[in-house]
Amino acid sequence: MLAFIIRRCLTTIPVMLLVATGVFLLLKLTPGDPVGVILGPDASEDRRAALRDQLGLNDPLLQQYGRWLWDAAHGDLGDSLFLDRPVLTAIGQRAQPTLMLTAIAVVVTVLIGFPAGIIAAQNRGGWVDIGTMALAMIGISIPTFWLGLNLILIFGVKLRWLPVAGYKPLSAGVWESLQYLILPGITLGAAQAALLARMTRSMMLDVLNQDYVRTARAKGLIERRVVYAHALRNAMLPLINIVGLAVAALLGGAVVTEQIFNIPGVGRLLIQAIGRRDVPLVQGTVLVTAGIYVLVNLVVDIVCAALDPRVRQS
Amino acid sequence: MSGSLSLPVREDVLAAGLRPRPNAFTRARRVIRLYPNILVGSVLLGLVVIAAVFANLLMTHSPTLQAPSDRLLPPSLDHFFGTDGQGRDVYSRMIKGSQLSLIVGVGVSVITAVAGGLIGLVAGFMPRFDGPIMRVMDGLMAFPSIILAIGIMAVRGAAVSNVIIALTVVNVPRMARVVRAVTISTKEMQYVEAAQSVGISTPRLLLRHVLPNCLSPMIVQTSFVFAEAVLGEATLSFLGAGAPPDVPSWGGMLSESRIFLRNAAWTMLAPGAALTLTVFALNLLGDGIRDLLDPRLRNR
Repeated sequence: MLAFIIRRCLTTIPVMLLVATGVFLLLKLTPGDPVGVILGPDASEDRRAALRDQLGLNDPLLQQYGRWLWDAAHGDLGDSLFLDRPVLTAIGQRAQPTLMLTAIAVVVTVLIGFPAGIIAAQNRGGWVDIGTMALAMIGISIPTFWLGLNLILIFGVKLRWLPVAGYKPLSAGVWESLQYLILPGITLGAAQAALLARMTRSMMLDVLNQDYVRTARAKGLIERRVVYAHALRNAMLPLINIVGLAVAALLGGAVVTEQIFNIPGVGRLLIQAIGRRDVPLVQGTVLVTAGIYVLVNLVVDIVCAALDPRVRQS
Repeated sequence: MSGSLSLPVREDVLAAGLRPRPNAFTRARRVIRLYPNILVGSVLLGLVVIAAVFANLLMTHSPTLQAPSDRLLPPSLDHFFGTDGQGRDVYSRMIKGSQLSLIVGVGVSVITAVAGGLIGLVAGFMPRFDGPIMRVMDGLMAFPSIILAIGIMAVRGAAVSNVIIALTVVNVPRMARVVRAVTISTKEMQYVEAAQSVGISTPRLLLRHVLPNCLSPMIVQTSFVFAEAVLGEATLSFLGAGAPPDVPSWGGMLSESRIFLRNAAWTMLAPGAALTLTVFALNLLGDGIRDLLDPRLRNR
């Protein structure tokens, strides 16, 4: 097990290196001069040259690349051009809403996806199955932002049950904070819940056809025990993988959801940074998001290996 | 005695063999009965294609002409789905928007199939290139796809061609993985070995003998890439990182409709429904094609 964990951790190093390289190239390929962005169009040529020198933009590309990697590896992602603080601090200040939103979306995904898939599999071919799967198909197809707008229209504008947009930090009280995240959480989680429901159904059907399930039935177990104690346990393994992928997808999807609901999270920070051509901030946000994404995948793989010796050996 | 040894005769199989080969129409009808997803998906997608091809005939107003005096009119006989914040006809913009969606969808899925197919073939067949190629693919897949696409758009600027490039880069790694997996298993087959032993060139071997084996998973993957691309284009436009603002796009229309949610909800109804329906049709079609090509997966 330890060998697997070490081996799996080592494979993330080249991936992160590639990601960091990609992000660096992103900066270099961006049209426009960072010096012009910082100083504005009216700055004198002397000041421009001085700042360019100070930022190390006159050094050879390889040297700049080396410095960027070195700094990034030490947790220094540079300073934001507009926010007047280190990139990492800026991201940290915006992290709470994004993490809360993702967490709620994960809860929505799991609470809807698993039961829907299990119920559909148990009623295979019946109306419940067809209805659930049709809903899941719509859930996969409906764009997050349209779902979000509809939810705002129904529950925010017409029924006035929940706030239309915005965010209150946890320090303002749990319910106070939560009610701002219910609609966004459902919006973000719906597609992944639909996906999970489809996968759960498919896995359950697979498992329910196995010999040991027939044996369990033959020895007279009640159906509930057959499904939950025998079948579900074996169907869970691949599904944990799917849930892990869902967490990663939700982190990325938060960009759109934050935009719809005006939630001041990392996603909105990224969009604002792009709008202002704040290159270090764009770079840092993309790198941190990709890093978390890689980390989540790593954790998922390790959890799967811990649960299933077959994964460990391959 | 002989009766007990003979295999049971499947009357239905025998009958099917003796029956004359059904004509195309009968076969199509059978496919549709077995795979209703394909029927529903194609009909819905057909509507979108018709809207895109005959856009000029179907539009009742100019999709880009601004008319400040007609701002935010509710749906009426003159404006089927009302007008938006700049007095433009929502119905006509919805029709026009189908063109962008389909152009991006077709562009991304074709380029992804070709590029991802080639990369997958090479990586799967030549172990020397496998490691480096797949590490780069892993690197690309390490970014959440929408963030990678936004990043590419930020670098390259707002243009339809850039939207296609960004969404292709996002989708190629998945296609390459699928093709690579099939290539690796095909490589071991005897007919490939036979072809190699008679001295066939590697490109010819790959294209003539290995590629056909990869086609069905590629077709299935392509239909999902198409759906992803349509959704991706709308998402980029919604975030303001997609096609230029003067090109009517469903995502762009939805983005503009946000501020009118309270008093003119119709501005978001038509483009959202059109987008959902298109993606729905493509997903149905993808599911249907997958079942058709691999009947073992039916009813799953």
